[in-house]
Amino acid sequence: MSQPATHHNKAAAAFLKNGQRAQWHDETLWFVRAKRDKAAHQIPEWEALRNLGSQIKEHTLSNLDEYLLQFEANAKKNGIKVHWANNAAEHNQIVYEILLHHNAVNVVKSKSMLTEECGLNHYLAERKISVVDTDLGEYIVQLRNEPPSHIVLPAIHLKKEDVSNTFHKHLHTEKNNQDPVYLTRAARQVLRKKFITADAAITGVNFAVAETGGIVVCTNEGNADLGVHANKVHIACMGFEKIIPRAQDLSVFLRLLARSATGQPITTYSSHFHRPKAGQEMHIVLVNNGRTEQLGREAFRNSLKCIRCAACFNTCPVYRRSGGHSYHNSVAGPIGSILAPNLDMRKNADLPFASTLCGSCTNVCPVKINIHEQLWSWRQVLMAEGYGGSAKKASMKLMTGVLSKPAVYRLSTGMARFFMRYLPFLVNNRLNPWYKQRDMPSAPKESFKDWYKKNRNHE
Amino acid sequence: MKVGLFIPCYVDQFYPQVAVATLELLERYGCEVHYPLKQTCCGQPMANSGFASMAGGCDKNFIANFSGYEYIVCPSGSCALHIKEHLHSAEEPNAAATIRERIYELTEFITDVLKLEGVKASFPHKVGLHVSCHGQRMLHLSSMSEKVEKPFSKAEALLSTVDGLELFRTSRADECCGFGGTFCVTEEAVSVSMGNTRIKEHLANGVHYITGGDMSCLMHLEGLLKRQKIDIKVIHLAEILNTQ
Repeated sequence: MSQPATHHNKAAAAFLKNGQRAQWHDETLWFVRAKRDKAAHQIPEWEALRNLGSQIKEHTLSNLDEYLLQFEANAKKNGIKVHWANNAAEHNQIVYEILLHHNAVNVVKSKSMLTEECGLNHYLAERKISVVDTDLGEYIVQLRNEPPSHIVLPAIHLKKEDVSNTFHKHLHTEKNNQDPVYLTRAARQVLRKKFITADAAITGVNFAVAETGGIVVCTNEGNADLGVHANKVHIACMGFEKIIPRAQDLSVFLRLLARSATGQPITTYSSHFHRPKAGQEMHIVLVNNGRTEQLGREAFRNSLKCIRCAACFNTCPVYRRSGGHSYHNSVAGPIGSILAPNLDMRKNADLPFASTLCGSCTNVCPVKINIHEQLWSWRQVLMAEGYGGSAKKASMKLMTGVLSKPAVYRLSTGMARFFMRYLPFLVNNRLNPWYKQRDMPSAPKESFKDWYKKNRNHE
Repeated sequence: MKVGLFIPCYVDQFYPQVAVATLELLERYGCEVHYPLKQTCCGQPMANSGFASMAGGCDKNFIANFSGYEYIVCPSGSCALHIKEHLHSAEEPNAAATIRERIYELTEFITDVLKLEGVKASFPHKVGLHVSCHGQRMLHLSSMSEKVEKPFSKAEALLSTVDGLELFRTSRADECCGFGGTFCVTEEAVSVSMGNTRIKEHLANGVHYITGGDMSCLMHLEGLLKRQKIDIKVIHLAEILNTQ
């Protein structure tokens, strides 16, 4: 297990230091949330569709082994080479060996959060293989040597002046030219060359259909298609949870995905890949990396229903005000906060606490994952496993000791003294985070209890 | 109708006027209200911090105080929710289950049990409503902006019958204020930023009061308002509904 990362609260406070920029980030993502609302409200049967999506995933998770094997058999029949990876290291090695076999040194990749999770780019770079992320947002963050801050909108933390500076530095565009058309054209020219001169293409997978052995990749830029069609080798990497039973299930998930993600009725490209074209090799890497363990955790198994739409990011008031990097995990936001502890409890013990448990995430989730309840449940698990520290545990013990004994409580409550001292959100010590930007509530002359005894006592 | 009055611990200590208003309101509408004197806290601060395992003592005390009441009413969606979802007892499972069924948030009780369609109250002011997340999304006291459902709000329905009250909605109708229990100190920066967004929207509406069903949200907003010397007061729904 690794060491804890920078605590979310510290990274969030740093993000909020630039108030204007943080406000812009909040408003931009709220705009995406509003677009999602509009799209959802145009479908009268939206809630029924969410139910259906959730139930299909429920069924799939209960039969995951069978569907994975069915998918493997059908994919093989179609002439696809199928690989199984139990963890990130195995995944990276499999991809590397395929590339090595083809003497591939230049690779184009369309968006795949799984390869982010596995650290593939870094792994391949160490072995002298260059990977170019071809999704525009991902390309921007790759040039900046940053991870994506959002799984659908990877560069949403950046403004056009940042992109202008980055492109000026790396692509030699005009200094301070912030025209989006100019900047995208510049990226397009570079990327076109990369597509054509690459040796292999890597894509992610949005849906893998067990009954057909085919995969579906959703993009708005067509970059998955360009990469695959221009190259002799296509490697598609997917986590186990991407499987769906039937092609007809796509009629549910494709409707849910784009509306939830960006408020579009459907992504511009929903690309179906069933078999390699003549002269091409197609590989699919099926990755576990902790997913079977999550499947075995009863309280958390349905987090595997996630279709990576990021609606929970956009609606989350904490995410919008802290930015994706504050979550120090390839998947940020509320869903990342319930997936990350499964991968590494120590490193990610802070994430389930980066939430007010407001429940908005659960309400927007197209497959009805009970995200806020899982955040609560992870808190219980993490504290039971000792990731809260002994001081926190001791203060909680003291507090519960007093609160569970009415006689002790009465003795402690003279003029709100007890609360000022022990209630965590009003802790009155020299650091007092409440008081930094908020006044304390004024202590009244008497508590309600005292008032009641004087005015109403029935006892 | 015998009602056990459950007053959140911080309301007892910091906002006794909210508890008095709740008590008087229930009495006005014919309830026989008792406040069990040995009540302390529902245990939510511990549970939300990840120490639900330590809340057994609080659960036991809650059951000892509130068993036997036909209804238990609480002027807080958050605390009522905690009892509804997390009150358990290995020794007295039936008593715990009964309490979980009998606990009501105040506006829910007024609307669904007393079935009042309005109140006799007067509050001639511009008021903004802060929708508390636990009351809304978990107790379903109003419709939710994320869901495709018929709009309704138990609090708004009651407030609409108060004489002279002018109600203003904010543009993000049901975004969290950022209190979140211990969150408000562990994630102080985000919490404050969230609260300030709420305040900004209420300010834009030119309201004089922000009301709501949860004093904890309002306590957080009040702390920010006072520090920034903004002339908006917070007031619990019970206080408005109890004005004569």
